[in-house]
Amino acid sequence: MAAHNLKHALFCAIVTLIISYPILGFNLASEGIDVTLEGAKTSTVLGVLLAALIVFLFQLYRDNIMGSLRQLPAVNPLANRKPMEQSKRLKLESTLLTLMIIGALIWPFIASRGAVDLATLVLIYIMLALGLNVVVGLAGLLDLGYVAFYAVGAYSFALLSQYFGISFWFALPIGALLAALFGLVLGFPVLRLRGDYLAIVTLGFGEIIRILLNNMTSLTGGPNGIGGIPDPTLFGMEFGRRVKEEGNTSFHETFGIAYSGEHKVIFLYLIALVLAVITAIAIRRLMRMPVGRAWEALREDEIAAKSLGLSRTAVKLSAFTIGAFFAGFAGTVFASKQGFISPESFVFLESAIILAIVVLGGMGSQMGVILAAIAVTILPELAREFSEYRMAIFGAAMVLMMVWRPQGLMPMRRIHIELKRQE
Amino acid sequence: MLEVQNLSMRFGGLLAVDQVSLDVQEHEIVAIIGPNGAGKTTVFNCMSGFYKPTGGKILFEGKEIQGKPDYKISRLGLVRTFQHVRLFSRMTVVENLLVAQHRHLNTNLLSGILKTPNYREKEQKSLDRAAYWLDRVGLMDMANRDAGNLAYGQQRRLEIARCMVTEPKLLMLDEPAAGLNPAETKDLNQLIISLKEDYNVSVVLIEHDMSLVMDISDRINVINQGRPLASGTPDEIRRNDDVIKAYLGEA
Repeated sequence: MAAHNLKHALFCAIVTLIISYPILGFNLASEGIDVTLEGAKTSTVLGVLLAALIVFLFQLYRDNIMGSLRQLPAVNPLANRKPMEQSKRLKLESTLLTLMIIGALIWPFIASRGAVDLATLVLIYIMLALGLNVVVGLAGLLDLGYVAFYAVGAYSFALLSQYFGISFWFALPIGALLAALFGLVLGFPVLRLRGDYLAIVTLGFGEIIRILLNNMTSLTGGPNGIGGIPDPTLFGMEFGRRVKEEGNTSFHETFGIAYSGEHKVIFLYLIALVLAVITAIAIRRLMRMPVGRAWEALREDEIAAKSLGLSRTAVKLSAFTIGAFFAGFAGTVFASKQGFISPESFVFLESAIILAIVVLGGMGSQMGVILAAIAVTILPELAREFSEYRMAIFGAAMVLMMVWRPQGLMPMRRIHIELKRQE
Repeated sequence: MLEVQNLSMRFGGLLAVDQVSLDVQEHEIVAIIGPNGAGKTTVFNCMSGFYKPTGGKILFEGKEIQGKPDYKISRLGLVRTFQHVRLFSRMTVVENLLVAQHRHLNTNLLSGILKTPNYREKEQKSLDRAAYWLDRVGLMDMANRDAGNLAYGQQRRLEIARCMVTEPKLLMLDEPAAGLNPAETKDLNQLIISLKEDYNVSVVLIEHDMSLVMDISDRINVINQGRPLASGTPDEIRRNDDVIKAYLGEA
């Protein structure tokens, strides 16, 4: 019975060897100025051989193994449960949300400075992912250059503060609006494009922005970036040890408490939290409004949408513009958090990570996207121990996720609408 | 209210529609029939703005509309269905009807985000209109199902309801009875007549089901190989020798 599996199993084992032996079986060692290739320790080689053997045996008896696995009682008792009642689910969701927000509010006062800083980053990614969710999840427009709008937001603040001395609070709306403007500008040439073509063009757009920032040295400082971006102030109170700008007071003196660097970190975290909550609420409303339904209609069937009088131009542009707007928000907060930005922060990998968050979370689902943003930002930090294999683990997690749960962590659920029978 | 004059549509070397004329009066059901590949759907696509006709004129309420973008034509009150049902399948039934009413819900973003009373009132109106039409086509119990999960006959009815909530003046149905069983066809028959009688909508339809066409049409246009063959009342068409030869079949 296993005979027909033999060839396949042998092939799999050889592939395992070909892939893992060159990577694990050799080491580079430096001798003076030369680098020489050495065989790895015997234990490693044995490990590789053992792995190949395991793969061979598994493939050989795959049918038996999978068969007996299937007979085991379901590990996950939740897998077969019926969907919850709408009212019950909403209650549970709102309780969870409230708890999450309360937890987020307490967080900075119990956690270490590093943890609060990381949480700020998580919130920035939540804003980005919620914004991209509009473009990709709802409107179905695959945007691979989303990081460009993030960069526009960050650089608007950095440049405005450098050349005009504009503060965070003024730069925030300006940065978001400028990013939205760029979204609109990008929207026009890609109106007719769909799917792969759209992805390529947006990818190019993202790179154009990054390369421009890199090369307009006189304006943006090129690869050196822009430093000295001011921190946000609270009603004219600064969070530094000394007041930098005339007319401002300092936070710790006003309240008569000792100076602590943590105040600033906590304040930034709270700003990011408020903005993330605003983003989530605004987009949640938009999803239930005609414009949100129009985005989804366009994703589902462009021709039918047009036959009902929806203008493809208006719908696509609104998706791009609103998505970009929130990226601009996130960018401004990011610039303020870092105090220094350079084109390095806005590479394609960032776009890919934000997209991965949206896909992992479940396209169109806000809760899913928020959870995925937390997971994707925090997991690499927790896995610092395995620093070398960090990206490999990340990649493997993505692959497994797509195999077992292609619809995402929490797929989007449609809201029930109560109708009254009309006479 | 609708007048098509000498409509022609050429795709490269193929003249798909050649000098077709037809007209629709208010309060009238007009059928377009013809063998497969005769160019019926192409005529529809020109009328609804999906194609830009290469010749001829289309007048709707006295205004030329040929070559206008599709969504603008639909906003004038000339709304169509498709040969293969095109619903927003991953949205719920009622959402399908709400999307179609975006024009009636023409509010700005901010009033929606802030849920102003004006916005709520408009939203309630569109919900009521959706409920009315769901009830009318017998889909009230399906309101919160995904549209893609409906049975085929229900999808057909939903597509018509989706057109009706836009409050059209002229409804264009492309093979509405395709894939329906006899009982469903009979229901559709009554629905289309009621659209005309109770809602004052004119209807143009393409259909192969002869009993349906003969029962409900006020006038029939026959197209063969892209050219107009005959037009007249159902009785005239039934007796027309050319039509019998080309389409109904010779005994």
